[in-house]
Amino acid sequence: MTGKLKSGRMVVEGSYAVAHAAAMCRPDVISAYPITPQTHIVEDLSQFVADGAIDSKYINVESEFSALSALVGSSAAGARTYSATTSQGLALMHEVLFNAAGMRLPIVMTIVNRSMSAPINIWNDHQDSVAERDTGWIQLYIEDAQELVDTTVQAYLIGEDPDVSLPVMVCMDGFILSHVFEPVELLDQEKVDEFLPQFSPVRALDPENPESFGMFVDPEYYMDFRYLVEQAMDASRQKIADAARKFESAFGRYYGGLIDTYHTDGAEIILVAMGSLVGTLRDVVDDLREKGVSVGLLKIRAFRPFPIDEILKVVARAKVVVVLDKNISLGTGEGAVTTEIKAGLYDSGSDIRVPVMGFVVGLGGRDIPVGTVQRIVAKAKTVAESGVSGRSEFVDLKHLRV
Amino acid sequence: MKEIRIHGRGGQGSVTAAELLAIAAFEDGRHSQAFPAFGVERRGAPVMAFVRLSDRTIRLRSQVYNPDYVIVQDATLIEAVDVASGLKPDGMILVNTEHSSEDLALETEATVRTIDATRIALDIIGKPIMNTVMLGAFAGASGEVKAESIKHAVRDRFPGPVGEKNADAVQHAYDRMVKS
Amino acid sequence: MTLPYAPIGKPGSSVANKTGGWRIFIPVFNAELCNGCGTCETFCPEGIVHKIEGGDTFIADYDYCKGCGICARECPKDAITMELEEK
Repeated sequence: MTGKLKSGRMVVEGSYAVAHAAAMCRPDVISAYPITPQTHIVEDLSQFVADGAIDSKYINVESEFSALSALVGSSAAGARTYSATTSQGLALMHEVLFNAAGMRLPIVMTIVNRSMSAPINIWNDHQDSVAERDTGWIQLYIEDAQELVDTTVQAYLIGEDPDVSLPVMVCMDGFILSHVFEPVELLDQEKVDEFLPQFSPVRALDPENPESFGMFVDPEYYMDFRYLVEQAMDASRQKIADAARKFESAFGRYYGGLIDTYHTDGAEIILVAMGSLVGTLRDVVDDLREKGVSVGLLKIRAFRPFPIDEILKVVARAKVVVVLDKNISLGTGEGAVTTEIKAGLYDSGSDIRVPVMGFVVGLGGRDIPVGTVQRIVAKAKTVAESGVSGRSEFVDLKHLRV
Repeated sequence: MKEIRIHGRGGQGSVTAAELLAIAAFEDGRHSQAFPAFGVERRGAPVMAFVRLSDRTIRLRSQVYNPDYVIVQDATLIEAVDVASGLKPDGMILVNTEHSSEDLALETEATVRTIDATRIALDIIGKPIMNTVMLGAFAGASGEVKAESIKHAVRDRFPGPVGEKNADAVQHAYDRMVKS
Repeated sequence: MTLPYAPIGKPGSSVANKTGGWRIFIPVFNAELCNGCGTCETFCPEGIVHKIEGGDTFIADYDYCKGCGICARECPKDAITMELEEK
């Protein structure tokens, strides 16, 4: 049936690219509630279903809470499931996110990253998904439309692995990637079928053999079940790396496993970021290297599980680590990535004592021009010399003085 | 890499123009990227869209601040928006107007080209939708993209007679700019 | 004991938990006074008061009755009395 969808390399919208990729994974059930800037994805998918191009059951619901709840039931019944949401919609799913992970249901959901109200704002940052970091979902952040397509397919392979059995968020920057038109290789159904086996759940609801999913457990058991989720998260580290390599063998494209690095060998200054900002940073690194600045780039692809071991290896010999956070953990003065890298450095048991500079950037769609990054690197140079970093700061405030 | 900024009003097809330009340039064998300035789209409100064209993979995700080209779909925007902002001195600004470039008195060192795209759209397409006309004019004035590729993208997006009329308008505008 | 990978179990496990042992007072149903209205069945918070098989009057399942006394309190005919249970 899916033969009706085109494949091959062409210029399409990022939203179409991810809808196409999700379709190629043959989800049995799709459920979503439209919200800007996710709307084009679910419009495209519902069009595919209406056209008979895919066999998925599309469940219309009245809220994001219901959308994810419908998928919890579907996934427990052994269905491969897909949803997409953003911002307030993701927040409305908050309670169900815990249930999906705790019940070990490998739902895949695209998060079209957008800021949180108030003030209401529809543009991009990472506050929505970063706020859900403790729910037990794997979180992958992607850089361009092609990585979005390829990572969507990898997400099913990772989540459905019996050793993992966890839901996965594939996080893409709202508008910047959801509304961009750029060249993308749309995947061929046969090749995806070869790469991605059918979903065979560890356990599934069966009327012939009734079981209760997500049952009540008392203090005797609860903590142990939470430990099992942490173990599954830990197991997913290798699976994320393996899925990326397996994809490379099948399709010839690779974006890193838990992290990716760019000119980090011997770099004194290491920039750290997630999402589409990484693309801009690659250009800045190339430019500054030509001017003799010893700078490299570390892309965090998996924020959950947090790849602290991989990060420590990369920053061990650097003189300063510069973290660009598109989120703010209010009350700490810094973004979550900054906090977690600092924590990991202290915890390492090693003698790595590299200063970490945190910069909160791009909230609510504030653009991050090359010049902004260049100014940040100029500050980093002085810290690289002194070895002493200050508190994190908000970059490019326009109407307030810091 | 070449960067293009398109100014228009909501409903004039500026975002579509950016998309079609990216598709056409890709057909020419180049890498391309098109994206809107992410406004809350309202009919009549000033909107912007951006296009990048390059022979290499485009990684930059910021907005365009120093465009090589500016396309202005509606000359009345000149009053409201600094359309030449950041335009490179060796760049070009293409304005839809019945007036001459001298009459516009734009503050820029860049080349100013004009075309009465609304008139061409009315004559050939029958509607005052000038975005495809502007793309034809851009192809002719800049040489950055082939008219054939624009026409192909237009026909692909608007199948049937509408696409054919738009393709004719593209060719007409292209010829006008190349000759003048 | 080992845990399953997820909190999945057999449903109906509360049937195995016979809560009748919690009882101090036991409801005694007087079939002579009972008019068969079913108020006791409606109000029982455990759902274990039911019609006697083949009859029109009601009785509790003493395997599960915790002796809360709500049925006795609600009975319009005072056909249920709570009596100290000998153990």
